[in-house]
Amino acid sequence: MSQRQVLQVFEQYQKARTQFVQMVAELATRPQNIETLQNAGVMSLLRPLLLDVVPTIQQTAALALGRLANYNDDLAEAVVKGDILPQLVYSLAEQNRFYKKAAAFVLRAVGKHSPQLAQAIVDCGALDTLVICLEDFDPGVKEAAAWALGYIARHNAELSQAVVDAGAVPLLVLCIQEPEIALKRIAASALSDISKHSPELAQTVVDAGAIAHLAQMILNPDSKLKRQVLSALSQIAKHSVDLAEMVVEAEIFPVVLTCLKDKDEYVKKNASTLIREIAKHTPELSQLIVNAGGVAAVIDCIGSCKGNIRLPGIMMLGYVAAHSENLAMAVIISKGVPQLSVCLSEEPEDHIKAAAAWALGQIGRHTPEHARAVAVTNTLPVLLSLYMSTESSEDLQVKSKKAIKNILQKCTYLPALEPFLYDAPPNILKHVVGQFSKVLPHDSKARRLFVTSGGLKKVQEIKAEPGSLLQEYINSINNCYPEEIVRYYSPGYSDTLLQRVDSYQPLTN
Amino acid sequence: MATLARLQARSTFVAHQYYYRNSVVDVFRKKEYDAAVKIQSWFRGCQVRAYIRYLHRIATVIQKWWRGYSGREEYRLLVKFASCAMKMNFYNAMAVRIQRRWRGYRIRKYCFNYFYLKEYLRAVSETNDAIREALEEFAEMKEREEKKADLEREEKERDYQARKMHYLLSTKQIPGIYNSPFRKDPDPWELRLQKAKPLTSQRSKVKDKHWVSPNSWLECTSARSFPRSEVLPPIDRKQCQGPFRDITEVLEQRYKPLEPTLRVAEPINELNVAREEFRRQEWMRNVNDNMFLPFSTYHKNKKYTPLMHSSSKYGPNSYGSRHFRDENPKKWICDKDFQTVLPSFDLFSKYGKLYSKAGQII
Repeated sequence: MSQRQVLQVFEQYQKARTQFVQMVAELATRPQNIETLQNAGVMSLLRPLLLDVVPTIQQTAALALGRLANYNDDLAEAVVKGDILPQLVYSLAEQNRFYKKAAAFVLRAVGKHSPQLAQAIVDCGALDTLVICLEDFDPGVKEAAAWALGYIARHNAELSQAVVDAGAVPLLVLCIQEPEIALKRIAASALSDISKHSPELAQTVVDAGAIAHLAQMILNPDSKLKRQVLSALSQIAKHSVDLAEMVVEAEIFPVVLTCLKDKDEYVKKNASTLIREIAKHTPELSQLIVNAGGVAAVIDCIGSCKGNIRLPGIMMLGYVAAHSENLAMAVIISKGVPQLSVCLSEEPEDHIKAAAAWALGQIGRHTPEHARAVAVTNTLPVLLSLYMSTESSEDLQVKSKKAIKNILQKCTYLPALEPFLYDAPPNILKHVVGQFSKVLPHDSKARRLFVTSGGLKKVQEIKAEPGSLLQEYINSINNCYPEEIVRYYSPGYSDTLLQRVDSYQPLTN
Repeated sequence: MATLARLQARSTFVAHQYYYRNSVVDVFRKKEYDAAVKIQSWFRGCQVRAYIRYLHRIATVIQKWWRGYSGREEYRLLVKFASCAMKMNFYNAMAVRIQRRWRGYRIRKYCFNYFYLKEYLRAVSETNDAIREALEEFAEMKEREEKKADLEREEKERDYQARKMHYLLSTKQIPGIYNSPFRKDPDPWELRLQKAKPLTSQRSKVKDKHWVSPNSWLECTSARSFPRSEVLPPIDRKQCQGPFRDITEVLEQRYKPLEPTLRVAEPINELNVAREEFRRQEWMRNVNDNMFLPFSTYHKNKKYTPLMHSSSKYGPNSYGSRHFRDENPKKWICDKDFQTVLPSFDLFSKYGKLYSKAGQII
């Protein structure tokens, strides 16, 4: 045969290989095909193609593998078990940028499923090559490498530490400064995943100078980038007071408040998470946020979203109010209490209701002024119904009970307390009656109102063991009124009167 | 003897009479004795009772006197205590007044300033309102921008459509579909078509994302600056017939990055730029812009303007001579100067002269 015919055979084979690998890569984009591909044994076929002579086939084979491993963790485990990773890592170091992107994609797809798979990737020495990829000129390669590192570091602290030890953090901080938006997003997300596990890791990220760049990027109009940047800052700030202060020193206030008005829901959520993480550490930080007008912005943000997006904002209000009574008063004058009671009544999920109940409890527990501000919005009956209802989760019941208790112990606003006399369970009734017994001896108008509204009658009907605290309270209430009135309202008075009528002998001359 | 006999004969009678008379007397004797004793005892009793009464009376007198005395003593004690208590109550009340004022003052001044709190809360609510307004404005601005971007996109879309459909423009002979003769005025699309430039084919497909300028040499050396073909070159590539050079050489030559000479690489006005830079730095650094003229001949005609502080309408202030420390030897007590007991310490003599870099101000 002539040389041309021989070469034609090889040409045909190469064409067939190229077509096969391109079709597999395309089929792997659709989830319904992947089962079929797996049953057809695609892994064992793709593996030798990774070592193919033609670079394009290698790259496409790697891309197909990545898409398959991305789909579920069985396939990812098959990739690991098939000893593909060492080959990928070895060739990562020497091939061109397309191959690097595809190989990094495979590593990311394998590493995202579970900590064990990520550990397998670390064990085959992929981290060093990924860090070398981070220094590449091509932004696509950097993005793929940063993404893979981020997914590996996401699982637990040891893997994060391994990523940090490979020297990834300074390079990620450099990646953040690159002009490409996608690269910035991925680098910010990777930094967020690294710093979320422990204070030491967060300190490493801070030492690389990340905070200043992250703070600058808050002003960027791209919303996905803002999501990641805010998430990274909140993961840094959540660990300790020093880290939170360093985040604040980067002058994020009041710029962060504009993020609370963003169209994207997750940007709002991450911004309120950041503010919450800063506010929860010390009263000074909370005061700083209050002085910058953060409380009003958060309250507006709560009003404009629904569901889980609201949760960090509600918790932030609770944390701010918990620190001191001046801050709680600041929350009250920013019209936080009506908003929180709206959340409490309209949210369907129990954990959000529990958070709202907790926040209301923190606001109202300081002084009678605060308790009054909470009581006038008619939230106490709602809290009581949540506590009493059997459908509420245990956490919700506990939190609403604590909130009611704390507010009641300081509440002197009697119109709000009166409904409690009628439907409260005995352990709460004790506090309610106690509050009445504190207020009534000093206020004559309140006493009159108490009688006319039927409260005195209800108090008489309460059965209490003699010598208990409840009985003492009842006695002190009864002492505020003349004896005839007390007797008049005591239960069964009409019967005693009728008995007296029966037993009365009229004087016969 | 007769009497004796008589007596003896009468002896038993005498004895009986004697016994009888004695016994009679005895009978009464006892009675009388008892009576007498009774009378005497009654009288003695009266005497004793009188005496006892007397004793009682004087004992009562003594006791009365004693009770009065001890009662008065007790009363004095009571009065003393009562007056002490009254004084103490008075002092306490006055002290409470002072303490009340002091506590109020202390709390208001040092611990909790009610008015400051009210001010603070008012300031917080003002800041809140300001922030709310600012955020509303920001949101509105964003919405406006979005709407504008949407409108622009739609405009672009329509322009592109018009350019694609330029052939639907009406001519003199044939009115186009947007220019129906039955309409009063042509459809706005007609006007748009008139304004549109016809679209050349294949133009929109080419996206030159990867255009790089020759100035940034980094991008030029990356693989992106070389053309990528979608299809792989065939394995067996026949050499093109003809006196052609090797394709790789040609491509290398064609896409060789710019290597400007040093003369070209620098800007043409670098000297001026450098001068400007220098001048700017000097302007930034120098306090006085006038050039330093060293010899006194340059300043010969200059008039000396004294400081405003030391010269006034009423003559110069005697700052140097009277207000600061000046010497008045006539007032000195002795002619020796002060002696320093301790030598002055050199705090700053080692400044900047240490060997180690630790603790230095950066």
